[in-house]
Amino acid sequence: MKRRDFVQLSGLGAGALLVPNLMTGNTIFAEALLEPGMDTIVKKRMADVALNTAKSLGATYADARIGRYLNQYVFTREDKVQNVVNTESFGIGIRVITNGTWGFASTNDVSEDGIKKATQQAVAIAKANSKFQKEPVILAPVANYGEVSWKTPIQKDFKEVPVSEKVELLLSANAAALNNGANFVNSALFMVNEQKYFASTEGSYIDQDVHRIWPNFGVTAVDQAKGKFKTRDAMSSPMGLGYEYMDGLASEKLVGAAGLTLYRNSYDIIEDATAAAKQAKEMLSAKSVDPGKYDLVLEPNHLGLTIHESVGHPTELDRVLGYEANYAGTSFATIDKWKSGDFKYGSDLVNIVADKTQVGSLGAVGFDDEGVQCKKWDIIRNGVLVNYQAIRDQVKMIDQDESHGCCYAQSWNDVQFQRMPNISLEPGKDPYSVSEMIKDVEKGIYIAGRGSYSIDQQRYNFQFGGTVFYEIKDGKIVGMLNDVAYQSNTQEFWNSCAKICDEDDYRMFGSFFDGKGQPSQVSAVSHGSSTTRFNNINVINTGRTV
Amino acid sequence: MAIYTEEEAKKIMEKALSFSTADACEINLQGSESGNIRYARNSVSTSGHRSNQNLVVQANFGKKSGTASIDEFDDASLQRVVARAEELAKLSPENPEFMAPLGPQVYDKAINYVEATANITPEYRANVANSSIEPAIASDVTAAGFLDDSAGFQAMLNSKGLFAYNKSTNVDFTVTMRTNDGTGSGWVTRDFNDVSKFDANEASSVAISKSVMSREARAIEPGKYTVILEPSAGLGLLSGLGRSVDARQADEGRSFMSKDGGTKLGVKIVDERVNLWSDPLHPEVPVSTWNGEGQPLKKTEWIKNGVVQNLAYSRFWAEKKGVEPVPYPSNFIMGGGDASLEELIKSTKKGILVTRLWYIRSVDPQTLLYTGLTRDGTFYIENGAIKYPVKNFRFNESPIIMLNNLETLGKQVRVEGNLIPYMKIRDFTFTSLSDAV
Repeated sequence: MKRRDFVQLSGLGAGALLVPNLMTGNTIFAEALLEPGMDTIVKKRMADVALNTAKSLGATYADARIGRYLNQYVFTREDKVQNVVNTESFGIGIRVITNGTWGFASTNDVSEDGIKKATQQAVAIAKANSKFQKEPVILAPVANYGEVSWKTPIQKDFKEVPVSEKVELLLSANAAALNNGANFVNSALFMVNEQKYFASTEGSYIDQDVHRIWPNFGVTAVDQAKGKFKTRDAMSSPMGLGYEYMDGLASEKLVGAAGLTLYRNSYDIIEDATAAAKQAKEMLSAKSVDPGKYDLVLEPNHLGLTIHESVGHPTELDRVLGYEANYAGTSFATIDKWKSGDFKYGSDLVNIVADKTQVGSLGAVGFDDEGVQCKKWDIIRNGVLVNYQAIRDQVKMIDQDESHGCCYAQSWNDVQFQRMPNISLEPGKDPYSVSEMIKDVEKGIYIAGRGSYSIDQQRYNFQFGGTVFYEIKDGKIVGMLNDVAYQSNTQEFWNSCAKICDEDDYRMFGSFFDGKGQPSQVSAVSHGSSTTRFNNINVINTGRTV
Repeated sequence: MAIYTEEEAKKIMEKALSFSTADACEINLQGSESGNIRYARNSVSTSGHRSNQNLVVQANFGKKSGTASIDEFDDASLQRVVARAEELAKLSPENPEFMAPLGPQVYDKAINYVEATANITPEYRANVANSSIEPAIASDVTAAGFLDDSAGFQAMLNSKGLFAYNKSTNVDFTVTMRTNDGTGSGWVTRDFNDVSKFDANEASSVAISKSVMSREARAIEPGKYTVILEPSAGLGLLSGLGRSVDARQADEGRSFMSKDGGTKLGVKIVDERVNLWSDPLHPEVPVSTWNGEGQPLKKTEWIKNGVVQNLAYSRFWAEKKGVEPVPYPSNFIMGGGDASLEELIKSTKKGILVTRLWYIRSVDPQTLLYTGLTRDGTFYIENGAIKYPVKNFRFNESPIIMLNNLETLGKQVRVEGNLIPYMKIRDFTFTSLSDAV
């Protein structure tokens, strides 16, 4: 990467920064992203400073995470580059158990002295908190993996792709939208590289290099005469892939209903922006939905959010136990329901798995942030709740002796805790296409893309919108709809699951910003599914006059 | 310690500025010290302390600008960060929306820093947790809470002679109490600049009372109800209105504030009793008297007697439109009345008391329609008294519709740095029931 590629296109201005404040670090030159950072041998030595200091102060367990987080963001609007931002954040987080109690401290001073001071602080916090600790922390055993490494299997490192190429692609997408009737368009590329080194007093030294990418846009059409505007967002998904995701390969395009083109492991942003402009205009005059009961045919980039909210969160064991009660809430999926062994979460068709190893997913890593090798496990099998998501200090509470490997911290600066792995609905076992699904529906709505979403603090009652809506009558798409939202109860909804397309239609939805905890942290997670039908769901009309 | 005095901050920034050769240069310096404690299941779960400092340099040559930041402030580091910003600026494309830095400004003296808050100790935090946990155990309920306190400063200096400095403190507390039979939940929030105004015992007792009162809630039909919104619940919806004051979005036709090719400036949009303004010097909700661009912040009316008085104009958009810039609000104050919560309940024949709203999301930006749910204390009122707890509802409502259905304004309460009154609203739209406790 040449320096000029970046600086010619960057328009850094503090007033124009659009970077989510949870993803910032120090702004740096683009070529600095390519610097190798601290050598692994030095990281091991520094991590050992933390571990040895902790042990000398009486800690019975300690782990150290040395993190270097490199991000690049490109923002454009119509024909303008709003901003190009490169950031770097580097430091160490140290977690200890002393007197059976957790303590944590972090510092950006990754020197022996800085690490010792932070470790002392972590131990002091643990000792102070132990006064109020009711039960000592007990960790499930974990293997000693020795010195190992893992890397997201990418083909193109975003850091090696010239910024000019990224800007050109976004501006081309903007032009495509404007040339097809859009009044406004914003587009952005978010690219993330987490270089993480983990070491613990149990003997593992784990080096990981994690990559994620998220292209996104919003296309707006305005009808000044009627005083109306409609926005159609991108049908992309954030992915655990390299810059090759932007190649727009024809082989990764899927055919949705109503002529929609959808994208699996490769995204064509120009094609999508073109379609978005046409659809945003079409939305301005689309029919307002008649409220009532409909069979819903839900496209994977829509259904992913429903899976996230109504299955992912309620099966987090820390929520079930009450650790999130003051913030995100608790869960209806209580221990007694799981212990019964027959709690019917969904219909027999519903098989939902947690998988931290899924290639291309946002949550894919080799090891979690407490050094547990990642794996795949069942959450719901044949409609029955069979397991939760749990980490080392929780699994004993569900009579298990092995962590699920889903502990994560958003940065070296934050303490790690239980976070949602990729939670996905398995595709149907028999051949069944989207067009066959539509043919089977008498009165229904096809919904694609994410929209408004809201669910209660125990994950019963939810309401979801979408990006685009099409009415289905007697097996055919008959036109676009407006003002659609569906409301249901989680258990009723999943028990109404009537048909799932096969694996040819399987793709992943994702989010960079799944929030949880106090202070709140974000994590990135994917949810895979095929197009799925849910029968007889309550649809409301959200149109209002003010 | 990351908190610098005005003199210390100015000295560092002047040193950085002395290295600048750009047409103009702007330095921002900020630092903060914060601590927190989190508890759940009647036990402390995590706590932490953060210390942070950062210096940001923006250099510009004509309409080209570059920005770089650093967290080390020795001479060599300051020289390096300025040089880096200038290198970027020289090689950057022109930004058509670039606005040159402001010259010297006159700021009111801010009142949002209180030494007592800056002196909070780990022991104080632990005692706050204990002030929730012990009474919770005694009441057969379970506490989950979070206390976060911070002290910080921000300073700004530029080559046009502008200098600004502000220190601030804040303490935020929330606690959720859940009855041990799992059928009741209560919640409370408190926030102050001055921690001496905070009483953890008082706050915790409110949440405990609500949890006990809300046990075994009954289901009643969703529909349109008269509601009394506690200030936290009211803020949840008013925030949507607050986010829609951007003049550019309105002018472009893609905002609730757009209207027939123009904007709703001067248009009556809500009940004439609604007055909404921002004021950095309000003694209950003080904030900095300048913003990130160095603009002075003054008392600004946004809605007066139901009529839109101002939209926020960035400096660029104001120049384009030939008007004076109007800085974005940094707090919201809604005028209230004299009625206490008890009086509002007493004057209600049939209605619902709402403690808070949860998971509020925009459904339609055109009409400011939002959805979300009630949570942690929802009660049915009949003939001037709370009769029984009711199950939580999902709502679909617009703050504009809500403020046109205003019945009574009650007393103001500070919530999340804003001052919001209790509000009694008729015909509030609940669309479904939730079994969540």
